[in-house]
Amino acid sequence: MQKIIEGLRLGIYQTFILENNYKYFINGLGITLLVTASALILGLILGIFVAIVRSAHDQQPQNRRNPLLGILNIICRLYLTVIRGTPSMVQLLIMWFVIWASARATDGNMIRCAILSFGINSGAYIAEIVRSGIMSIDKGQMEAGRSLGLTYAATMKGVIIPQAFKNVLPALGNEMITLLKETSIVTVIGLKDLTKGAMIIQSKTYQALVPFLAIAAIYLVMVLFLTWVMDKVERRMRESDIR
Amino acid sequence: MIYVKGLSKSFGSIDVLKNIDAHISPGEKVVIVGPSGSGKSTFLRCLNLLEIPTAGSIVFDGQEITSDKADVNEIRRHMGMVFQHFNLFANMTVKQNIMFAPVKLKLMTSEEAQAQAMALLERVNLADKADVYPSQLSGGQKQRIAIVRSLAMKPKVMLFDEPTSALDPEMVGEVLELMKQLADSGMTMVVVTHEMGFAREVATRILFMDEGIIKEEAAPAEFFGAPKDPRLQDFLRKVL
Repeated sequence: MQKIIEGLRLGIYQTFILENNYKYFINGLGITLLVTASALILGLILGIFVAIVRSAHDQQPQNRRNPLLGILNIICRLYLTVIRGTPSMVQLLIMWFVIWASARATDGNMIRCAILSFGINSGAYIAEIVRSGIMSIDKGQMEAGRSLGLTYAATMKGVIIPQAFKNVLPALGNEMITLLKETSIVTVIGLKDLTKGAMIIQSKTYQALVPFLAIAAIYLVMVLFLTWVMDKVERRMRESDIR
Repeated sequence: MIYVKGLSKSFGSIDVLKNIDAHISPGEKVVIVGPSGSGKSTFLRCLNLLEIPTAGSIVFDGQEITSDKADVNEIRRHMGMVFQHFNLFANMTVKQNIMFAPVKLKLMTSEEAQAQAMALLERVNLADKADVYPSQLSGGQKQRIAIVRSLAMKPKVMLFDEPTSALDPEMVGEVLELMKQLADSGMTMVVVTHEMGFAREVATRILFMDEGIIKEEAAPAEFFGAPKDPRLQDFLRKVL
């Protein structure tokens, strides 16, 4: 018993205090949050755009199809197929070692590359989430808007998207959580995020238990916080459903 | 006001409307009745292009709306439509529902639209519901608000697609009452309905549709008193 406590104490000392090792956690956490938040914004923009293209294309009347929309739709479907059909780690490796092969391995470059890679990846999932939300809205809502003389775009923006967004909030929250945790694979390109921080400490001190349990706890706390925030937002948006 | 010529509509291999000719004059109240699947709703939805006709032409206010050059959105502003399932915007309060289109289309300022919305709600005795969401209303209330939402666009003609079919029996009366008021005010109306009492009382002309064609067309007295088409005679025996 004594020995275990002694070992734990040494582990904590070497993980956090020795040579200011705690800084690896703090800097790593900053990078993890930066990559997650930026990739999420990029993913949302991409995802909403793709979702609107896909559903606008599918909702056209058979005999009046817009050729431009047809081409955009094909590009969007290709994007969804490729991104959802390959592992995100592979996408990141290709992005960094192939597409960005000539970039110097600075933190800034790696962060930009990770944001781009995860944003593109997340966009594919968000697109399908948002599209399912758009499809879940009764088609009478669109007909009512159009019958008043509003354009497709105005009805989409003012009526359909707000309702769709509310319906897909739980799924979007889920995607945020997945994204946050998935950013840990940036370690493969050498970016010093939270996970990489723990790995560096392990290689310096031969301690494994404390650093890895510590980052597990940090990830868990962040996810709990996200869940709490999403809960609040959801309750807010349910206002119009009170019966 | 509306001239329909040779209108046909098919969904895949099913011909729902077969070469229909019709004419609706200003101030008329045309009621369309018929068994389900007869194409009466499709006919009505073709009038404001919610369904694109397969063939034929529709001229509204001197403008051929079925031509490729026609501005569908501009035309629809002048044709109000009331749906069976109300279709109030679920993410907006009652007042916002009424104000949305006039403001969005820049026909009114927000203040004007708000004043108009309140006046319209006053007219249907629902001013106290201005700030509630549609989910908190009864079916009859929803439908009355859907009607005034259309009226907020000051349409030249109002299309009603089975406006009372999704209502509890108790609530049918209040909606029909509002429609009668509207008819008395001189509005041109095209109404698809199963309410024979309303047809008899309000219609200036009744169309009987069956199997995608207009089988009989007459003023109410003749329509109910001396129906000629055998299918109509059979239909009236069952519904009256």
